[in-house]
Amino acid sequence: MAMTTTEDLGYTPSTKGLWSWITTIDHKRIGILYAVSALVFFIVAGVEALLIRMQLATANGTLVSADAYNQLFTMHGLTMVFAVVMPIAAAFQNYFVPLMIGARDVAFPRLNAFSYWLFLFSVVLLTSSFFLGGSPDGAWVGYAPLSTQITEYVRMDYYSIGAQLLGYASLGSSINFVATIFTMRAPGMTLMRMPIFVWMTVVTSFLLIFSLPVIGVGLWQIFFDRNFGALFYEAQAAGDPLLWQHLFWIFGHPEVYVLILPAMGIISEVLPVFSRKPIFGYAFVVFSGIAIGFLGFGVWAHHMFTAGMGPVAEAGFGLATMLIAIPTGVKIFNWIGTMWGGKLTFPTPMLFAIGFIAMFLIGGISGVTHAVVPANTQQHDSYYVVAHFHYVLFGGAVFGYVAGAYYWFPKWTGRLLNATLGYWHFWLMFLGFNLTFAPQHILGLDGMPRRTYRYAEGMGWDLWNLMSTVGAFLIAVSFLFFIWNVIVSYRNGKIAGNDPWDARTLEWSTTSPPPVHNFDEIPIVHHQDDFWYQKYGEDEGGRAVRLTPEQAGKPDVVEETGGIHMPSPSYYPLVSAAGVAVLGAGLVFISSGVIGFAVLAAGAVVTLWGLVGWAAEPVTRGSH
Amino acid sequence: MAAVVLGALFLASCSSDLPQSSLNPQSVEAEQIDRLWDLVFWIGFGVFVVVEAALIYAIVRFRKRPGDEAEPKQVHGNTRLEIVWSIIPVVILAVIAVPTLTTLFDLRRPAEGDFLRVEVIGHQWWWEFRYPDILDGDGRPLTTANELHLPAGTTSELQMTSADVIHSFWVPSLAGKRDVVPGRFNYLKITPDPGTAGDMIKGQCAEYCGLAHADMRFRVFLDGESDFEAWSAEQLAASPVPTEGPEAAGYETFTALCTTCHQAKVETPEGTVDVIGAALGPDLTHFGSRTSIGAGIEDNTTEHLAEWIDNPASVKPMSPEMNDLAAGRIMGMPDYGLDDQQIAELVALLEMWK
Repeated sequence: MAMTTTEDLGYTPSTKGLWSWITTIDHKRIGILYAVSALVFFIVAGVEALLIRMQLATANGTLVSADAYNQLFTMHGLTMVFAVVMPIAAAFQNYFVPLMIGARDVAFPRLNAFSYWLFLFSVVLLTSSFFLGGSPDGAWVGYAPLSTQITEYVRMDYYSIGAQLLGYASLGSSINFVATIFTMRAPGMTLMRMPIFVWMTVVTSFLLIFSLPVIGVGLWQIFFDRNFGALFYEAQAAGDPLLWQHLFWIFGHPEVYVLILPAMGIISEVLPVFSRKPIFGYAFVVFSGIAIGFLGFGVWAHHMFTAGMGPVAEAGFGLATMLIAIPTGVKIFNWIGTMWGGKLTFPTPMLFAIGFIAMFLIGGISGVTHAVVPANTQQHDSYYVVAHFHYVLFGGAVFGYVAGAYYWFPKWTGRLLNATLGYWHFWLMFLGFNLTFAPQHILGLDGMPRRTYRYAEGMGWDLWNLMSTVGAFLIAVSFLFFIWNVIVSYRNGKIAGNDPWDARTLEWSTTSPPPVHNFDEIPIVHHQDDFWYQKYGEDEGGRAVRLTPEQAGKPDVVEETGGIHMPSPSYYPLVSAAGVAVLGAGLVFISSGVIGFAVLAAGAVVTLWGLVGWAAEPVTRGSH
Repeated sequence: MAAVVLGALFLASCSSDLPQSSLNPQSVEAEQIDRLWDLVFWIGFGVFVVVEAALIYAIVRFRKRPGDEAEPKQVHGNTRLEIVWSIIPVVILAVIAVPTLTTLFDLRRPAEGDFLRVEVIGHQWWWEFRYPDILDGDGRPLTTANELHLPAGTTSELQMTSADVIHSFWVPSLAGKRDVVPGRFNYLKITPDPGTAGDMIKGQCAEYCGLAHADMRFRVFLDGESDFEAWSAEQLAASPVPTEGPEAAGYETFTALCTTCHQAKVETPEGTVDVIGAALGPDLTHFGSRTSIGAGIEDNTTEHLAEWIDNPASVKPMSPEMNDLAAGRIMGMPDYGLDDQQIAELVALLEMWK
């Protein structure tokens, strides 16, 4: 039996100070970095949303100009997708996937650090556009030829380069997760014993690996059209504007599932714990997730039902879209099935998990109405669509990630989030969310198009818009409760212990927070929900019965000899990522000549320095 | 029961006095879509009620009660149930899919028989409408901007394309939207109800097209047969070149500045008909007959018109500094710095051109 202390790790990891964060390659710390970044950018995107809602509170709003509004809604979309929801998913995946499969880190810890820093610097580059040259103003979909039309300013160069680099960061972490999950599971952790959250990580990683290259090509074409006079999307030169829409949505639709599937994974972890029952229909939940992933690649053109593809293609994509309702429905029924017959308690994570089901259902149903092609031609690009995807991505994804935050915060910090503040957060957010987005269904059906900086009086839209604005402020207030909760609970919250929820999966078997090496001893897995079965058996009626210490015995672990090898810290991932981001900044300003090229060259040099240093660095320092 | 009332309220809340609502259909096509929507709405609403009720029932029924320490039965799943709740959505979707497909192919079928052809050209940020079958003596089609006239009770087929970026033509009460894409033609059929004669219905661009996307609106006038004929005859005629008064002075300014982008068909006192100007902005031949200015954003009054000519960007955001006439890129009307008298003269001219 290996008794492990930090001396055995071969180095003494510094755990304090800025330097330790800069050089960290620990998946847990990188997870925390993702989480903190996502929260900061969530505040940015939230302020953008509030400005949008204030502008639209009344007819003919004059708070911001049309030009500012167009940048605000574009940046709100880009920020929420790429800088909030994707990284908060990455935060949970980074922190918990290795813990849940009984691994000590991800497969490529330095690549992991590189992905994080590249993500961070890319968002910084994108956000710096507010101060340097103007922000993207062509909507997050960046439809050509609008996105290639005005080359006098660099706004859409920020878009093409920023999204490109964010894609590289996601690609790196997706490859990392696939490699980690397929090669580093603890003994006995077969694929069909993995927690659902890990399964959903597999699915989203593959979605990104296959879809990001497609938009990568498209974004370079935009960049070439803008800066080098290429004519990919120029209709007058036999280019095709609709080509961009296809490339964008072949990425963009799977991306929607990238945003929601990890949240579905979280729900599938939270519901069993607070129902005190295993997930209902494990295999069906897993395979419905995989089915959603596959179908997600075959429905992109339902974003283009008004573009003029012709009725045969429209019929095909409409039917394929309807099919997605089947695995999605299966998931919802299985979640309710999990609760059915359980002993439900309702701490904050459970509230948000149930909120997810209730709200996501509405988004799912309005999604089916989009598949009805003729009806879609009324809904498309109207506020009805805005309502739909906020029910999916806020009522669904954000509720799910908040559930995850309340659920796993004790594992991160060793302290529980405050339950009373959590209740306030939930109910204010639930109310505010519905007040904001339910009226938008009506607005859309009553003819209000999205992406409009103002609307006239006498359209019958005033009341619904005002309600929506009030709701947005309620959501903002609810998150003040959350942020306050995080601050006070981090300092003074109730001590959690290893397993505050009496949970089911392996991350709860180690300390809170876990040691650098996660597990002193790698567990040998015998069941799905192995940790639960270390604690509970079943009587002849199938009811859970707590095992006595004698019955439980010692958990089965891998006999290890020698010390635990953990990779050593490195700042080269950060240097390389910074180099790539500077290179990107150079590309943004390439059309301005010397300055652009100078920045580009500087970026290239830094990137090279980072990569050479990275390659030449010894894997571990010191001895073990 | 309460749920049905809730659903009905949702629908009802959307149908009173709404000039741009898809729930207030006024044409054969919009009514077809609305019937389909009603079907899908009620099915969706039923699913919503059943599933949310099951969820709430589970929350109430299976909540842990104080003092109850017994553990629940560890049920792992039930294959028969899984099959049942996989098949139920299939059946529901089949019910939706059949009318979806029939309606889709019906709507997309090209117009047949006797129908009016209209060409729609989207511009940043206004609409050009041409009637290729309504020609003047020289074979020039009726051309107007931002106000579309359609005969009530007969089918019109719109052939649509764009001069710059992608737009989308949307009059919710008359039809689903259709994108207006450079380099290709998209078609849209509209058969307004006979009873709509005399009505005005609002529409606007639905595909984000840059700075003033929100202000790219238009009005559709539904005319009875004789009204439509009277209107087309009036619109085909040339407008007179004024010879005296402020209108004549306005005409001087018009030919010096406005014709850089705007076109007008004019008739000299001697009786020669001429088309003057460049067709880069809206045709102004019968500007005085239009009810709105700035692509449907303001009523066409003397004050609004003067304000517009004085400083167009104060009424509607535009970026004329990015105009590139040689490349045909027009992004707005410049402020020419005209004095009050020049503006008044121009207004007089344009108001004369009914």
